[in-house]
Amino acid sequence: MHELSVTENILAICEKHANENGASKVTDIYLTIGQLSSIVDDSVQFYWDIISQNTLCQGARLHFQRLPAKLRCKQCGHEFILKGELTLCPQCESMRIDILSGEEFFVESILIEKEEAL
Amino acid sequence: MSKERVPVVEQIFSANDQIAMLNRQRLNAAGVFSINLMASPGAGKTSFILRTIEGLKNILRLGVVEGDTAPVTIDSDLILAAGMPAVQINTGGDCHLDAVMLKEGLNQLPLNDLDLVIVENVGNLVCPASFKLGTHLNVLVASIPEGDDKPYKYPAMYRGVDVLVINKMDLLPYIPFKMDYFLQGVQILNPGVISFPVSCATGDGISKWCHWLIAQRNHFIGHGD
Repeated sequence: MHELSVTENILAICEKHANENGASKVTDIYLTIGQLSSIVDDSVQFYWDIISQNTLCQGARLHFQRLPAKLRCKQCGHEFILKGELTLCPQCESMRIDILSGEEFFVESILIEKEEAL
Repeated sequence: MSKERVPVVEQIFSANDQIAMLNRQRLNAAGVFSINLMASPGAGKTSFILRTIEGLKNILRLGVVEGDTAPVTIDSDLILAAGMPAVQINTGGDCHLDAVMLKEGLNQLPLNDLDLVIVENVGNLVCPASFKLGTHLNVLVASIPEGDDKPYKYPAMYRGVDVLVINKMDLLPYIPFKMDYFLQGVQILNPGVISFPVSCATGDGISKWCHWLIAQRNHFIGHGD
């Protein structure tokens, strides 16, 4: 639901790094999003197509790299990937569980074009 | 023409987080403790604030920032009627308050005359979890009629809060709400989070919450962070 604010932030970050690196155009944007981050890819793409117009990022492709939620039981040390609903440890049924990954949400890198100096 | 890959690794919420940090510094400088109250629509946020105002009367000076998606003043009118300064922020359809909106809200409150600011976020269990405001505590008001599956459905919200209030406890006998199942989800996501079962209808549990809040505020004044 908050994808417009999110997309505006993505654009600001990409433009900043594109300018710092002397880009004439940004062609690709690589986003890393954990499974537990509530972001809808299609919705980001929808806003992106609108707000990136007339910027260095116009027409850039968004790539969504989804990271699974990885959990570790504090009791028995068992590591597992979350499938569906949050559960007790599938091995020992403890509820003392660490979330190791799955909450990421950042711009990983961008691909830019530069004009060759004459 | 050359192509180049530029490593970025920048958090998408970093701009908001920076402003949230400035809000925190400003509140600290004024000696004002603050809480961000989040919940689904209808969980009882405003009733909980009104009960808290009642419980802290003559003890702490409160100000309230009300976030709503529409230009209505229903909530802030109730707070003003209770004798406290209140500011209404219309998010213009946005599903959450962000740090910039709170900054504007704080501009309109007499911070130097206050001890505590309560921010009532937009009723929503998804978006407010992602936007830090700079407040000292994040408080979630859950309620019995919402159902016992909410921690499982809104993990980011349950994971990110410092305090869990469970409202409408008086309805527990009438609703198939499995408290064990609910608390199990809470424990997985947020082990050891402090919780306050309350009923804003009867007032049960409110004084325990108010005492705890006063202690937190005193601790804050003692340490200033």
